[in-house]
Amino acid sequence: MLITRRVEFSASHVCRVARLSDEENRALYGAASNPNGHGHNYVVEVTLEGEPEPQTGMVFDLKRLKDVLQREVVDPMDHRFLNREVPPFDIVVPTAENLAIEVWRRIEPHLGDSRARLRGVRVYETEDLYVDYFGGRP
Amino acid sequence: MIRLTRRYRFCASHRLHSAGLSDAENRELYGKCNNPYGHGHDYALDVSVRGPLDSESGRVVDLAALDGLVREQIVDALDHRDLNKEVAAFAEGLVPTTENLAVEIRSRLASRWSQVFPGEGLALDGIRIQETKRNRIELPD
Repeated sequence: MLITRRVEFSASHVCRVARLSDEENRALYGAASNPNGHGHNYVVEVTLEGEPEPQTGMVFDLKRLKDVLQREVVDPMDHRFLNREVPPFDIVVPTAENLAIEVWRRIEPHLGDSRARLRGVRVYETEDLYVDYFGGRP
Repeated sequence: MIRLTRRYRFCASHRLHSAGLSDAENRELYGKCNNPYGHGHDYALDVSVRGPLDSESGRVVDLAALDGLVREQIVDALDHRDLNKEVAAFAEGLVPTTENLAVEIRSRLASRWSQVFPGEGLALDGIRIQETKRNRIELPD
């Protein structure tokens, strides 16, 4: 059984590779390379896989999942400039791909138990663009 | 491995009418979608790709290249068109149901995929097309 929880946060970012020129970055990322940055209303969907515990009828305590997402993702990232305020995005380019991987890395240690495991992280950068990461080698 | 999904939109008109059936049978089968003058939809097309992350750029796909491929093969060919008259596969008699449209779109993307994305790295991971918000057809990889 799959169980998914959605959270939202708003943040600014810029997509640039430091060793590339302005022109090369523009060719690679388009408008997202504007050095002044821009923002998105990010939506993160976290999916766990498991079987309901017979007594509680729950795969995973949704309150606990909500608290983990709030503490590990929303509090540190909401209304922040990712490149300047949220490591590792001072070094790693904060694309939607890397954001999905980072969300996984932050929450996975807090979600495993005997009945459920993290199955996937989906990050919507806009309503028309999202990325899925399922763990393992990206 | 990362999967990325991008949504594209186009508007087109069509009429569902099978040449092998009588007018009465077509009306019975397709209902108002068989209206002789056709009708239109705002289609939403989700294209999913999967591949390894490029560690420097942090991307799985060159979005400009994906956008270019979809624009050239799908949007320019279908947007604000009469599918029955202006798209060869349907002009030749294939009924432009969402199912057949999905197969046509996948085939168009596949025909240019290896030229736009050379190498083994990036795969088309499936498409989904909504004719309206209440109907969705999906072709998984």
